[in-house]
Amino acid sequence: MRKFGLLNLFLSFFLLICFISGCTKAPAPKNELSVWHWMTDRHDIFVRLAEKYEKETGIKVNFELYAPSDAYSQKIIAAAQAKVLPDIFGILDKKEIVASFIESGFVADLTEAFKENNAAWEKSLFPKALSANRFDSGNIYGIKPGIYGVPLDVTNIQILYNRNLLKKAGVSHPPKTFEEFLAVSAQLKQSGIPGFVSGWGEMWMIDCFASNYAFNIMGEEKVMATYRGEVPYTDSDWIKVLTVFQEMKDQGALVEGIVTKPNKYAEQDFALERAAFAFNGSWCVNVYHDMNPNLDYAVMLPPAVNPNLPMRIWGGAGSSFVINNKSPRKQMAIDFLKWLTARDQQVFLATETKNLPSNQQALTSIPQILSEFTGSMNNTTHPTIWKYNEDALVTEALDKGIQSIIIGEKTPAQVAQEVQAVKERQIQKIKNHQGNQ
Amino acid sequence: MTSEKLIKRRSLVSLSSLTIKDQFGSFLFILPALAIFSVFYIYPFFETFRLSLHEWNGISIHRHFVGLANFKELWYDRVWWSSMGHAAYITLIALSFQNALAFLLALACDREIRMGRLYRVIFFLPPVLSEVVVGLIWQWILYSGIQNGQQIGLLNHFLGKIGLSSWIHNWLSDPRTALTCIAVVHSWKGFGWGFIILLAGLQTIDRQLYEAARVDGAGAWKVFFHVTIPMMIPVLLFVVILTILGSMQVFVLILSMVGQGLVYHTEVPVTRILASMTGTNQFGYACAQGIAFGIILLLVSMPLRIFSEKIKKA
Repeated sequence: MRKFGLLNLFLSFFLLICFISGCTKAPAPKNELSVWHWMTDRHDIFVRLAEKYEKETGIKVNFELYAPSDAYSQKIIAAAQAKVLPDIFGILDKKEIVASFIESGFVADLTEAFKENNAAWEKSLFPKALSANRFDSGNIYGIKPGIYGVPLDVTNIQILYNRNLLKKAGVSHPPKTFEEFLAVSAQLKQSGIPGFVSGWGEMWMIDCFASNYAFNIMGEEKVMATYRGEVPYTDSDWIKVLTVFQEMKDQGALVEGIVTKPNKYAEQDFALERAAFAFNGSWCVNVYHDMNPNLDYAVMLPPAVNPNLPMRIWGGAGSSFVINNKSPRKQMAIDFLKWLTARDQQVFLATETKNLPSNQQALTSIPQILSEFTGSMNNTTHPTIWKYNEDALVTEALDKGIQSIIIGEKTPAQVAQEVQAVKERQIQKIKNHQGNQ
Repeated sequence: MTSEKLIKRRSLVSLSSLTIKDQFGSFLFILPALAIFSVFYIYPFFETFRLSLHEWNGISIHRHFVGLANFKELWYDRVWWSSMGHAAYITLIALSFQNALAFLLALACDREIRMGRLYRVIFFLPPVLSEVVVGLIWQWILYSGIQNGQQIGLLNHFLGKIGLSSWIHNWLSDPRTALTCIAVVHSWKGFGWGFIILLAGLQTIDRQLYEAARVDGAGAWKVFFHVTIPMMIPVLLFVVILTILGSMQVFVLILSMVGQGLVYHTEVPVTRILASMTGTNQFGYACAQGIAFGIILLLVSMPLRIFSEKIKKA
């Protein structure tokens, strides 16, 4: 009996120790870096670069792919909560969430590293790409000013048009104004050619298109004033923005089922010549090339509604990596990212993946279509560099409202009223919190 | 103290120490299981409840205590309640269409038919497929798009070929059809489970009962209504509970068929929880939604379970 009691005690203790030790994190080898990313199209190239880096330095870099991007985002948040983030990772979220990562001590401040050697690293990269990773002094998030991320590539989102399909419809040149665009859409419809496609099943793409026109119709300051709660969404300019979607729908410019189409399907539609126009980012060059190498297309800015204000498009940093502030291999991670964004690696990345390099010196030999994308880099803007961002619930209401305009369920005025109602509720909520504090 | 009393006291002490030792030993044995259960079940539950009382974006070190404000907001959240309605609609279709189909096929396979085993395998194929795969396949079937004047979605193409061009439709982008399409695909994917459980239930019915009923002159319908149905009620209730719990929580299929949704017409509670958590970064609110949803499911399934127990006893 006594013997069994001791055995019980020993077995239970052993199991408990196994359980507890199983919960602890295994220490990572000293000469290994782990990188988590979501870029399915670049994974193989990353692995090849990692092999090259290991040959040069003896440091092994493990690239771990988690896709699709929304699943990746959830993984990163869960890993942050469990404090098991890798050495290097990317944050695919709003600036507010990036700020929360920094505030919680998960992201290293890289300002010093960028300033070393007379700021050689900083100078080598596109300023627009860096600005997305920068927090300026007096930022609304209260983050210490500095650079917190390393851009791998630059990107921008524009309209692409299929030259052959336009020619078939008798259109000799791409539309410059929104009115011309509607006229071309009508011509395409008459010729039985589907017009405009985009992944508007993904809310951020609707948001991006709407924000392009908001900047063009009312200018940046008024958009920011709306976000601050000083201009209502029922303002005539916002109604004009929503009317853009109504007119596109009424003119039959949009392909069928656009509101539930993920961008992957939209890319397929454009690549296989099922649509004459596409709204997509510069990453599409690689995707279209894989799907249809003979696709004859070019890039244009979304046609402006207001000729007096510039058309601003989303762009700047494409994919960025940050370094885990709690990683014991922080310096090793910085060295690797410096190497990854150096000219040779950037040329290799740009050539193999057909993405715009973040290193300015690597722009020398890129395909023609990518040069067309870079031509509009001066028009780029992005929520990550705006002084104010809209409340996520208001954005959701706006995007869903646009969907309901496209399916003919609501008018722009109705949607504007509904969005404003959500905005007012959120403003009241903030006021209540401030009152409670 | 007399020696008798002393002996009695000593024996009591040794008995109680033995009991404590035994209990301690037993406790040590269950300790690992208890630790696992506490860490992975009890702690997350309390943590979810604690978070539901806070406003938190999921990352920030600051959590703002808001008491029951998240639950109050949920009470007035029209999108949330309409998502409940959508889940109830999907459940209703699953309860009727899916279970009726499962029961019919189970009845057919319960008889001595040729290639019965093959049918069982075929009917059980959809449930073993990944929901993402099923969603993508059906998205392709229901696709609405034109190339060179031809419909490229399988269903629309087929409708065009058989002369039903007027039926060609934008199935997943029309609020009138999107949710029904999802419900039908969900039922198609899920009927295999019901089929297997119901078939197993049918095979446990004593064949002598059927023979006795036939000897007494009962026809096929009478046998079905007076023998099969009464004997199957506990199994049917079990399938109903499983269907309700499974259908109310459907979401992977929706994500793979309509992405982030068609306005709010394809929202169900789980997609709302997901949207609150990752779309609008309201972790506290998402936890409140999760708790409310759990309670609703409990309230729906509890009476059925009690009813099932009563039937069993009867």
